[in-house]
Amino acid sequence: MTNMDELAIFVKELEEQLVICIRCGLCQSVCPLFEQTGKEADVARGKLALLNGLMTRLFSDPDGVNKRLNKCLLCGSCAANCPSGVNVLEIFFKARTILTGYKGLSPVKKIIFKQALSNPKTFNTLMAWAGKFQKLLVKSNKTIQGTSCARFVSPLLFSRHFIPLANKPFHKSLTALKPGSTVSGIRVALFTGCLIDKILPNIAHASVKVLQHCNVNLIIPETQGCCGIPALASGDRKTFNTLLAHHAKLLQKQKFDYLVTACATCTSTIKKLWPSLYQGNENSLKKYLDNLSKKTMDINQFLVDVMHIGPYKTHEDDNSSETVTYHDPCHLKKSLGICVQPRQVITASGKYLKEMEDADKCCGMGGSFNLSHYDISTKIGKLKQKSIVETNCSTVASGCPACIMQISDMLSKTGSSIQVKHPIELYADSLL
Amino acid sequence: MKPALLKELQYITGKEYLFTDIEDRMTYSYDAAVLDPKIPCAVVMPGTDEELGKIVLLCNENNIPITVRGSGTNLSGGTIPEEKGIVLLTRRLNNIIEINEQDMYAVVQPGVVTAALAKAVEKIGLFYPPDPGSQAVSTLGGNVAENAGGLRGLKYGVTKDYIMGINFFDATGEYIKSGSKTVKCATGYNIAGLMAGSEGTLGIISEITLKLIPCPTCRTSMVAAYNSIEKASETVAAIIAGRIVPATLEILDNFTIRAVEDYSRAGLPVDAAALLLIEVDGHPAVVEEEGARVVTLCETMGASNIKVAANDQERDRIWSARRSALSALAKLKPTLVLEDATVPRSRIPDMVKALQQIAKDFQISIGTFGHAGDGNLHPTILTDKRDKKEWHRVELAIEQIFDKALEMGGTLSGEHGIGIAKVPFLKKETGFSSIEFSKRLRRALDPNGILNPGKITGV
Repeated sequence: MTNMDELAIFVKELEEQLVICIRCGLCQSVCPLFEQTGKEADVARGKLALLNGLMTRLFSDPDGVNKRLNKCLLCGSCAANCPSGVNVLEIFFKARTILTGYKGLSPVKKIIFKQALSNPKTFNTLMAWAGKFQKLLVKSNKTIQGTSCARFVSPLLFSRHFIPLANKPFHKSLTALKPGSTVSGIRVALFTGCLIDKILPNIAHASVKVLQHCNVNLIIPETQGCCGIPALASGDRKTFNTLLAHHAKLLQKQKFDYLVTACATCTSTIKKLWPSLYQGNENSLKKYLDNLSKKTMDINQFLVDVMHIGPYKTHEDDNSSETVTYHDPCHLKKSLGICVQPRQVITASGKYLKEMEDADKCCGMGGSFNLSHYDISTKIGKLKQKSIVETNCSTVASGCPACIMQISDMLSKTGSSIQVKHPIELYADSLL
Repeated sequence: MKPALLKELQYITGKEYLFTDIEDRMTYSYDAAVLDPKIPCAVVMPGTDEELGKIVLLCNENNIPITVRGSGTNLSGGTIPEEKGIVLLTRRLNNIIEINEQDMYAVVQPGVVTAALAKAVEKIGLFYPPDPGSQAVSTLGGNVAENAGGLRGLKYGVTKDYIMGINFFDATGEYIKSGSKTVKCATGYNIAGLMAGSEGTLGIISEITLKLIPCPTCRTSMVAAYNSIEKASETVAAIIAGRIVPATLEILDNFTIRAVEDYSRAGLPVDAAALLLIEVDGHPAVVEEEGARVVTLCETMGASNIKVAANDQERDRIWSARRSALSALAKLKPTLVLEDATVPRSRIPDMVKALQQIAKDFQISIGTFGHAGDGNLHPTILTDKRDKKEWHRVELAIEQIFDKALEMGGTLSGEHGIGIAKVPFLKKETGFSSIEFSKRLRRALDPNGILNPGKITGV
């Protein structure tokens, strides 16, 4: 049996999920990548056909399919609009795992995932070290979005205006937190997430401020790390499993009613991918993950649905309040159907919410897609930037740190004075 | 394909727009029809008319078949290419060249998406009625080539009724202009008309002039529920006999109703044997009068419940329920075969009965919904192609559906075209000499047989 035969057998495990696609092609109308390129291999129908091709041993090597499969934002727009209900993202994650298992991870990813990401403590130390040296390599753009760019031509950074590593990551300030009173009796554990911890710690500080204001009993489990999505997206199921097991063990020690996160991607990973992609045989752990999924909540949803903060009001005739527009992160709206609550948090902060055109259209970040296809990512991001600017807002809010980074890059490059914030930051600011 | 030819193609479109990797080519080997894929030897995406013309010329000189592809939503295999041929994508030819408000027409390139044109003209109070189910992605070039229909066929007609002119490259690469921007045009052959439904076999379209009409000012929608599908289909015949022409007159059978309700929770009565979804539009006074007459007719014909939409939200809910019918059915089984055999509208009750009998005889699941008002039902067969025995019964059932439709004076295809899927059945409807006439026409216009060979008339 040749290697391709073997691969075909692995891909055949996806057959029952693959046959659901009836090739109607409606995914073409919502795919942000296809909008730019018009290539069938870039849209879900084409990628599913390619996987079918692997299964029927059409190709002599898997490289071409692998390359095309990885050219995807994983935004889930196709899945959210699929008439037949094809579980596109789950298929893609599984297929990436199969192909990575077959091909092996790239050397760079191997070092990042296996030696750093899978061990939260090592990762923290490494990033602290990187934070000290970044000043030598990058310079501030002195823009309102707080971005930086490379001091010299860098193959990795291109012309990005990126938000640099924070001087002090959130987990370093943990000891300084005062324990909240427990008037409400609700126990909340906060899952910080890497981007918020290391790049946008203000979001975590705002979350803590708001949750303490709500009088919940707040716990922030130490040695928490990455939810595992970067590894999973690269097909590194092993690192994903290691991280999943680490967090399950960590969280099982704690007692809480809700696991709250301010990162759209972490929320959707914990809620959907942890239970559906857990590979072990431990029934008790499987049960625990299902239960954890039910207790996990986006912070906006928690504030509105559980804490019942301020009602949804539009201040159409109130010109005095600041105009804010909201960008729907794919991992909140398309994965979890959460779009009303973040808007309520914004209006509850006393802001005037003005909708942008196509608020739920992907910003083009797509995690590592932005690293590997910066040109297309930028083209998609520019559409978002245009929609934002057209609202004449002074702040754009979004419930996802990755979206915040992409939007900041786009706005900063045009010298825009629009700030980019998480709704929770706006709400925290509105509290005295 | 010879490397020298690929080089020439690359010279025409640039490297970025010529795809030769097997992985890219295989993604253009299928469309939405349930047929075997065929992988073309190259795929090109020209950006200008000039490039388009050069490609046709090059292919003709070298006997390379061309299959034009918009969004690949074809339901009869019309965009499945030849293995020795190329696929020509219209994706980059997607400009709305002109929307003329005074003379009420639009000039578009073939790659413009149907819904994009509809949205653009609606902004200025004009209306482009053809609305095929795939309008969110389908292209106007594809709509013309297939003579696509939609929900509004009964009152507003289909794509061919909106074609004023078409410019195209013939098989030898000559640029042919046809039709006019005038309402009337008696100048020579109606070549533009011939292009409608030609499925890419007579020329490669580069520019289409489409008729626009004023947007109706008023409309009202209603849902009538029935406890027998016969009563529902008899109502359809009665509405037409009553000289009322609704904009839309759709039927859903119980199987489809339950699938839609499971999927969309639109509040449809799941115990109803059939539903009619009806919309009348036009001048407010006419809408009011006709709407009332339709309600009375439904009552007299035995509707158990009639609900008129009180506002736009309720109206939208009715039509989004109808639009989700195919999606809802698609979720039930891996393979979905969407048929479009069409009968004269007065024969709808007979056709509905025949379909129920066929489902029973061949022991297969058929969901029936569709454009009852224009006789174009969509019997939708749910199956799993991997189940060989059942698939065989499905094939027999499809043939039976065709036979029944033809017996009633109907046609094989209302709006999906013949493509590859229905080639073997064409003789049943048109007879031998019509096929020969079509073949002679093709041979004369396309001596090397490069324009989408194998479609409509077979080889």
